[in-house]
Amino acid sequence: MNVDLQRPVFVLDGVDVPFTTGQTVMQAALAAGHYIPHLCYHPEFKPHGSCKVCTVRVNGQTFASCTLPAQPGMEVESNTDELNDKRRTLVQMLFVEGNHFCPGCEKSGNCLLQAVAYDLGVMSAELDHLFPNRPIDASHPDVLLEFNRCILCELCIRASAEIDGKSVFALSGRGITKHLIVNAESGRLADTDIALTDKAMEVCPVGVILPKRVGFRVPIGQRRFDASPISAQALEDAPRTPAPRARGQA
Amino acid sequence: MKTTPEVLPEVDLILDRYGRDPTALVQILREVQEPAGWLPPATITYLARRLGLPRARVEGVAGFYSFLHLEPAGRYRVRFSDNITDRMAGNLDLLDRLCTALWVERGKVSEDGLVSVDTTSCTGMCDQGPALLVNGWAVPRLDAARIDQIAELIRDGQPVESWPAELLAVEDNIRRKDILLGSELQPGDAIRAAMARGRQEPLELASNDRSWRERIDTTSLGPTATLEEIKRSNLRGRGGAGFTTGLKWEACRNAVGQAHYVVCNADEGEPGTFKDRVLLAGYGDLLFEGMTVCAYVLGARQGFLYLRGEYRHLLAPLEAALARRRADGLLGENICGQRGFHFDIDIHLGAGAYVCGEESALIESLEGKRGIPRNRPPYPVTHGYLQQPTTVNNVETYCAAALIAINGGAWYRNIGTAKSAGTKVLSVSGDCARPGVYEYPFGVTVRQVLEDCGARDAQAVQVSGPSGTCIDSGEFDRRIAFEDLPTAGAFMVFDGSRDMFEVARNFVHFFAHESCGFCTPCRVGTTLLCRLMDKIARGKGSRHDIDQIYRVSRLLQASSHCGLGHTSCNPLFDTLKRFRPAYETRLESLDFEPAFDLDGALARARAVTGRDDPGAHIGEAP
Amino acid sequence: MSDAPKRKLRVATTSLAGCFGCHMSVLDIDERLFDLLEHVEFDRSPITDIKHCGPCDVGLVEGGICNAENIHVLREFRKHCKVLVAVGACAVTGGLPAQRNHIDLGACLQEVYVTEPSVRNGCIPNDPELPLLFDKVHALHEVVHIDYFLPGCPPPADAIWKFLTDLLAGRTPHLGHGLIHYD
Repeated sequence: MNVDLQRPVFVLDGVDVPFTTGQTVMQAALAAGHYIPHLCYHPEFKPHGSCKVCTVRVNGQTFASCTLPAQPGMEVESNTDELNDKRRTLVQMLFVEGNHFCPGCEKSGNCLLQAVAYDLGVMSAELDHLFPNRPIDASHPDVLLEFNRCILCELCIRASAEIDGKSVFALSGRGITKHLIVNAESGRLADTDIALTDKAMEVCPVGVILPKRVGFRVPIGQRRFDASPISAQALEDAPRTPAPRARGQA
Repeated sequence: MKTTPEVLPEVDLILDRYGRDPTALVQILREVQEPAGWLPPATITYLARRLGLPRARVEGVAGFYSFLHLEPAGRYRVRFSDNITDRMAGNLDLLDRLCTALWVERGKVSEDGLVSVDTTSCTGMCDQGPALLVNGWAVPRLDAARIDQIAELIRDGQPVESWPAELLAVEDNIRRKDILLGSELQPGDAIRAAMARGRQEPLELASNDRSWRERIDTTSLGPTATLEEIKRSNLRGRGGAGFTTGLKWEACRNAVGQAHYVVCNADEGEPGTFKDRVLLAGYGDLLFEGMTVCAYVLGARQGFLYLRGEYRHLLAPLEAALARRRADGLLGENICGQRGFHFDIDIHLGAGAYVCGEESALIESLEGKRGIPRNRPPYPVTHGYLQQPTTVNNVETYCAAALIAINGGAWYRNIGTAKSAGTKVLSVSGDCARPGVYEYPFGVTVRQVLEDCGARDAQAVQVSGPSGTCIDSGEFDRRIAFEDLPTAGAFMVFDGSRDMFEVARNFVHFFAHESCGFCTPCRVGTTLLCRLMDKIARGKGSRHDIDQIYRVSRLLQASSHCGLGHTSCNPLFDTLKRFRPAYETRLESLDFEPAFDLDGALARARAVTGRDDPGAHIGEAP
Repeated sequence: MSDAPKRKLRVATTSLAGCFGCHMSVLDIDERLFDLLEHVEFDRSPITDIKHCGPCDVGLVEGGICNAENIHVLREFRKHCKVLVAVGACAVTGGLPAQRNHIDLGACLQEVYVTEPSVRNGCIPNDPELPLLFDKVHALHEVVHIDYFLPGCPPPADAIWKFLTDLLAGRTPHLGHGLIHYD
């Protein structure tokens, strides 16, 4: 396209990727139809780069591609054995950090953590499980909070604050004790103002924030990642042109 | 919430003092916590409402810092410093002694709610350890007698403020002075020198584009001339990273913003480092002078001293020094009579988080948030405090800048080595006769320092703390300098009797405790490393576990979000390279050993069933 | 290819803290079982009822580690099998039995054998014949070195077939989309 000829370009695994100033490597790559594995990145939110699954290599140095500003002429390596190996270890770390029991999870088949792991060929967590004790919160009549599966991507926090204007979720603790909390003195979701229609309800990549009474409705074989791997699907979600950021009532 | 009182007058008093400013949240939480020693849920709700913040955010901030408590922690909160030097001096025996004397289990609150006893990361008293903090106050030079005395004071319910001064006295232990520690600068000297400099310099330095000079006498060339001297001096940051100070100041000065900020990083959290404590205790005016010179160059009106919570005992003397300087016209409006030169400094007391020594995490904390390092770019020089241009420097850097303002860049540049100008203040601790603070021109050899501090039979030195470099006796001719052994100041000596595996294990636990938890590799990786090291320490490790240590460490080094994660594997790489037998002799086998103690994992079932037959035990694999 | 009849691979299988669902999935490879038997012979396995395994090429272990006996069996497999494969979610992650890991074992046994309303005069079993339970349930790789993992609850028959045929052909097993399943 003529438009693209005028846009600056960086190189991703040997392929030219045009970008618009202000885009990060991840944003430009997805928009141009190139998948870089990721978990905490979501096209509707400002990238923050915590999961590090999208780590790429530029001039020998590693960066989270979701927060790395694209620059003309940059040579970015992503789909290499070395980086995919690191990604596998990161995903394995997330699996052993929580309690991920896929056979009993209603998000199975629609879960991004699982799908990214499949795509990277993760056959086992390999590391030693930490088996944390994370009680669930079933207090809310319509929403279940299953903290055992939380990967701390902060998407629900960002969605609730930036789009729902509610701040239902936040983080407390630090290091390995870092955990999701809700905006109530009782610590119970039932005492917050979350609603089923909130953006925060739909952004959880794993099975933490779940609407009640709808689990397992979609039979195995028809779930999102039964049909095709995430590397094929992530591109469908990506805005082809930089879309204006969605903003709700604050 | 129904449980929340409508008005909490004592809390309102604190809130009002901070102008109900959400950016002061960490300070507010710290002060509100004082009377009860913890922050009850209703208080969090109340603070959130009064500050107009979501409650969860207030709770999240309180939950981030080690010295803020969301659960009762006792009227006396005793925290033993747990650096390796404290370990070497027997801190854990003393901890047990105190626990026994007070009938309390480590990590728990006594049943009467009187006291809790636990460990904390290095409190910066390595030259006079073992040390502890009680309700934030430092008690160094612990021995059995002092522990018994402390137990008695606690049992008697004596407020810590009224404890014998001798108990709370912190020594400076200055052993070697050079240009900085030997400076006899009088308050105001550096500021006046910076101002005078403008009158001597030729006009070509007047490349004044924009800054506070637009508000004051535009003919003043002092700021640019002083900046030139800082650049000429080749001063590099003393916090560890070694960025050229002049370039940082210039970038910040040239950055467009509504206001510029000067921040002093006195969050001296690196285990084994305490030289900032000594500078803050005895050289406060030199530091404030340097900050004021920086403000003069930048056109900043507001400065912050981010003082680590462990140095709370320095808060009152530093506040007094600031008050004195205000009274003397060295802070406040029209400083030294310069019309329009307004600058003041607030002290922000940290609350126990090593990661806040990372400059962008420090800024987050200053803004009343969890201390999570920011994504960079943008850098603080353009988008720092409140997204405005901000210069963050170490205590020692500002002190050096004050000296340069007086004596000039050329003078400074001639001290030290070609690439490392000036002097470095070292915090020497561990196995040596004279631990304390030593100032040397850059380029001094490790051997010289060891000789001066009276270290015999040293097998290793940890230079610049756990995140720095561990060197062995074959490397003692290496030099303290950016081009060889860069350091933020720590210099921990280990003699031949020390187990370097245990040194590394202590550091690995430190990093896991201090990881902010933002990124996956650091959050999970540091914990996995702890478990691997503990496994090897139990004598249950294998070659496979050493391979796993390398695997996790390489990932940490390559993909962590900030310097904490990048450097957290240094102690492992360094000791595995130089002291590998310390690991190997502990291995159970070369093959593979289970992640957990098989027989120990049956103990609970044995207790529940009362069984102790052979089938109720698991031995070694045949 | 040599004309000499190729030696059959000797395979042992067992189920530890599992439900035998993975073994059922092995049977689900249906008529391909006949092809498989051309190439393999079974040592210890529920199929042969051999009680202890001897030297084997491949060991397929279903289920995680929940008690002392599991350890003895797993060690026997590790000792005798050149290639040890963790088969199924429980072997790979601890699986369903590991759901008890956040509950104190004593409280767990008390609830099941004593306080549960349907129990009369209950007591916690303490017969030395019974394998003693671990405080937590573990994945196999936390106890011995595992060479390959075949996840799934159970792994689909096609995944087992692909895995075994790769192994038999001397290829590093590779499942790919649709065959890797954690559920």
